[in-house]
Amino acid sequence: MNNPKKYYHSVRLDKEKCVGCTNCLKRCPTEAIRVHSGRAHIIDERCIDCGECIRVCAYHAKEATTDSLDIIHNYPYKIALPAPALYGQFRNLPHVSCVHQALKLMGFNAVHDVALGADIVTRAVQERLKQPGCPRPLISSSCPVVLRLIQIRFPELLENVVDLRSPMEVAATHARKEFCRAHDVDPSEVGCFFITPCAAKMTAIRNPIGHETSAVNGAISILDIYGVMSGLLRKIQPLPEGERGFRATALGVGWARTGGEATAAGIENALAVDGIEHVARALEEIENDKLSGLSFFEGLSCVGGCVGGPLVFENVFIARNRIRELLFRLPRLKPEENISDEVMHELWHDLHMNRSIQPVQVMRLDEDLQKALEKMDRVEEIRRRLPGLDCGSCGAPSCQALAEDIVQGYAHELDCLFLLKARVRDMAKQMVELSDSTRV
Amino acid sequence: MGAITLKESYPVEAGDFSTAGEASGKIKRVLKKLGIDSAIVRRVAVAAYEVELNLVIHSMGGHMDLIVEPDYLQLNVHDRGPGIPDVDLAMREGYSTASDDVRTMGFGAGMGLPNMRRNANDFSIRSTVGVGTDIEMGFKL
Ligand SMILES: Nc1ncnc2c1ncn2[C@@H]1O[C@H](COP(=O)(O)OP(=O)(O)OP(=O)(O)O)[C@@H](O)[C@H]1O
Ligand code: SF4
Ligand SMILES: [Mg+2]
Repeated sequence: MNNPKKYYHSVRLDKEKCVGCTNCLKRCPTEAIRVHSGRAHIIDERCIDCGECIRVCAYHAKEATTDSLDIIHNYPYKIALPAPALYGQFRNLPHVSCVHQALKLMGFNAVHDVALGADIVTRAVQERLKQPGCPRPLISSSCPVVLRLIQIRFPELLENVVDLRSPMEVAATHARKEFCRAHDVDPSEVGCFFITPCAAKMTAIRNPIGHETSAVNGAISILDIYGVMSGLLRKIQPLPEGERGFRATALGVGWARTGGEATAAGIENALAVDGIEHVARALEEIENDKLSGLSFFEGLSCVGGCVGGPLVFENVFIARNRIRELLFRLPRLKPEENISDEVMHELWHDLHMNRSIQPVQVMRLDEDLQKALEKMDRVEEIRRRLPGLDCGSCGAPSCQALAEDIVQGYAHELDCLFLLKARVRDMAKQMVELSDSTRV
Repeated sequence: MGAITLKESYPVEAGDFSTAGEASGKIKRVLKKLGIDSAIVRRVAVAAYEVELNLVIHSMGGHMDLIVEPDYLQLNVHDRGPGIPDVDLAMREGYSTASDDVRTMGFGAGMGLPNMRRNANDFSIRSTVGVGTDIEMGFKL
């Protein structure tokens, strides 16, 4: 609200479909939704792309924008970066490498696993934890929704966030480097495309957090390619053992599930929490210094982890279990055994964020404390007159939020149905009195 | 007209773990709405949470008053007893009279009062057995 800059968001509203119900209002963890004139509106500056509104909307009026598969043809060479969550989507998948074969049939020249990026990030997390002065708990940077939540609601915890880019970014950089070296082509000719369960990752590609530009050229929703891919998978025979070319560890693929990151890094005293509201509550505890002794915190916006992302087809619990079963067929290698020092060295620079993550001050009433205090005073005065039912019929998620909106000039007291009713009653009474008095 | 100050009072019930943390949570939210520097919010949050839990665990109930002026923030806490017999001893790191039950819940390290003193810029405590305890904490903004 204070910031005129336009934010890009993957999560958007289809105005045609929205009927102006208030189901999404209260589900939003940053109070970013208002309903006015029978339509929901998303306050861009506050939206963290968690997709909770997509999940709750019975009218499918909230949607996530991703790229269509066609955009891969903008590049002469196309690399697919499948998210680990993709492997949980298909029934009777004989081996994870079959998904690679299917992706190649869909037009990609090469496939580079984000799970391999996860192996690299795992090693970097391990090393960060060993450095003296490493903040405790170190907070994972892999879920962009959680990063945005921290920027908006827990800015004092930003210094605890590990300064590493996400496995998706690392995989893209790594893939492009390897491909250019092997085929002697220019990096600009290589497009890297994330096959995504996640709407927020789309946003993170356009507006990266902690670095200027993304190494990823586009994000293709798992939902969009699910049909074609299942068809192809039915016909594909797994390649013989030695030719599968699957380079990530089981632990890297395990990142698809909550706790995967902490498990992969083998961290004692780690806490993994999923579901955006639960993550917010855990962050409150960290803020209160209540979780002392904790070395690592992994927060994932989606219940179940990325395998429960808003753009997946399969039920999260089924998909999670499939991932577990597939892991048995992958070599039991530790990330530090899978990723060589040379690779770590080559990617070290691109692995790290290169700018600090700044707080996003969209919850405060005013930049100036004196003015904020004055506004708070008026908010309190208005809130006391509101019924305190948090019914949402005014279009704000709570009476408190309406009071703040009124003070900020975005809403009116009579948006509250109860105050409106009282006002109408008063006016009717006055009318009666007036007509009585004129009749005499 | 003088500068606007904010005054809020938050009651704390003795022994009620279901609401424990609510008052300090509300205080934290107010400070964030006011746009107070996040490092200070964190210090106030820690102190407020510790004192609130002491009221829940050790006292017979009381209230926490938040006063915000443009350059200073005060957290004044009052409870209705039982009071602390030896305040110097209670202020020592590691001193605690918490019961085993409370310790099982993760409290009772004897770090609450020392943490409050460490996080506040100004700290004072007065206690009378049979009457109650008053703690005043100040934070420079
Ligand atoms: N409001 C109070 N009323 C009565 N006694 C108190 C009060 N606050 C603290 N005390 C006494 O002082 C002791 C030390 O308090 P302190 O907060 O430092 O540690 P604790 O509450 O026992 O453990 P921790 O805060 O680490 O969970 C308590 O064990 C209790 O005996
Ligand atoms: S949990 Fe995974 S899928 Fe869900 S928002 Fe976070 S990164 Fe995206
Ligand atoms: Mg205590």
